Amino acid sequence: MSQEQVKSLEENFEHRIANDERIEPKNWMPEKYRQTHIRQISQHAHSEIVGMLPEGNWITRAPSLRRKVALLAKVQDEAGHGLYLYSACETLGISREELYNQLHTGKAKYSSIFNYPAITWADMGAIGWLVDGAAIINQVALCNTSYGPYARAMVRICKEESFHQRQGYEIMLTLCNGTPEQKAMAQDALNRWWWPSLMMFGPRDEDSPHTEQSMKWKLKRKTNDELRQQFVDQTVPQAAILGIQIPDPDLKWNEEKQGYDFGEIDWDEFWQVVKGHGPCNKERLKARVNAWKNGAWVREAAMNYAEKKKNKQLDKAI
Amino acid sequence: MKKDWPLWEVFVRSKNGLEHRHFGSLHAADAEMALENARDVYTRRNEGVSIWVVESKYITASNPENNGEFFEPAKDKVYRHPTFYNLPDEIKHM
Repeated sequence: MSQEQVKSLEENFEHRIANDERIEPKNWMPEKYRQTHIRQISQHAHSEIVGMLPEGNWITRAPSLRRKVALLAKVQDEAGHGLYLYSACETLGISREELYNQLHTGKAKYSSIFNYPAITWADMGAIGWLVDGAAIINQVALCNTSYGPYARAMVRICKEESFHQRQGYEIMLTLCNGTPEQKAMAQDALNRWWWPSLMMFGPRDEDSPHTEQSMKWKLKRKTNDELRQQFVDQTVPQAAILGIQIPDPDLKWNEEKQGYDFGEIDWDEFWQVVKGHGPCNKERLKARVNAWKNGAWVREAAMNYAEKKKNKQLDKAI
Repeated sequence: MKKDWPLWEVFVRSKNGLEHRHFGSLHAADAEMALENARDVYTRRNEGVSIWVVESKYITASNPENNGEFFEPAKDKVYRHPTFYNLPDEIKHM
């Protein structure tokens, strides 16, 4: 293709983005748009899949059948969400195997929140309430993203997520209305999950290397700091209803901006966990790699069985 | 020899009387597994009463780069639309 042709394709592309037109898999797109989307969508898919691990451990330890079926359904949803997103990502011309490979070799990232341990039952409450709450804010902002398959997957995911947050909040509410020990357990979970949840929105805008380009391509509709503010404003009153304290001495209402001011995130911790030094990074990755390796014989057997069946049908036809 | 599970496209009829609509895709070793996976991935909340799966490689798609010429034949045929015809205002319901 001549440089002129590429330039006209690029102009046409920018024009479509500016007009809020969706980009579909077979449409021409700049290579960098494709790569950025593969990076973000796969990271999102990996987060759903790795996100099953902290909760999966609690399914057999849930305190009642009601809690157990709810948690099981939530973890199943996360598997489903991972699959929607992997499919969307594959439309950009990368194979599922390559995507898994990138996760397993540490080339691709997933949300750092899942590198924190879930050590008590109250963590199931805090994760649903805070982690899913933060995820919903991020994801609602993505329902209008410019890449069609990603936007459609997000719409489906957002519809299903709200039960996740409600089941988490209900767990917190039950604990907070229970014995003093139960309430203390809920407070402890909030203390441990609050800051990592704020970190889920990513680095500050001025330190976010991808924000500007992503806003331009309408991959992102709101900046990290805007979304983080929205999360704080929405969550503070919910904590008040539970009667537990958000672990931030600097948190206070700012009448002028009609939102809460809040303290500084520990960015050293943030970058440490991103770089692989969080409490559970190694454990999570090991669990995924083992699941893939240990499932290899099942994948092969299924393929062999499918071929055998096909050949039998062919024989019959002849 | 290692072979990856092929990709399938999933179409779901959300309720009787409606058409099947493309819902997404998934990997499965064969058609039967594709149907069961489609049920688990795309209809966890009663979103469907019927599912079709077809291996993605069997779908032939038009190329958006040729949209101009490809869809051109319909562009200048305004007489295919009811508004093309002039009728007196007194005529109602036509």
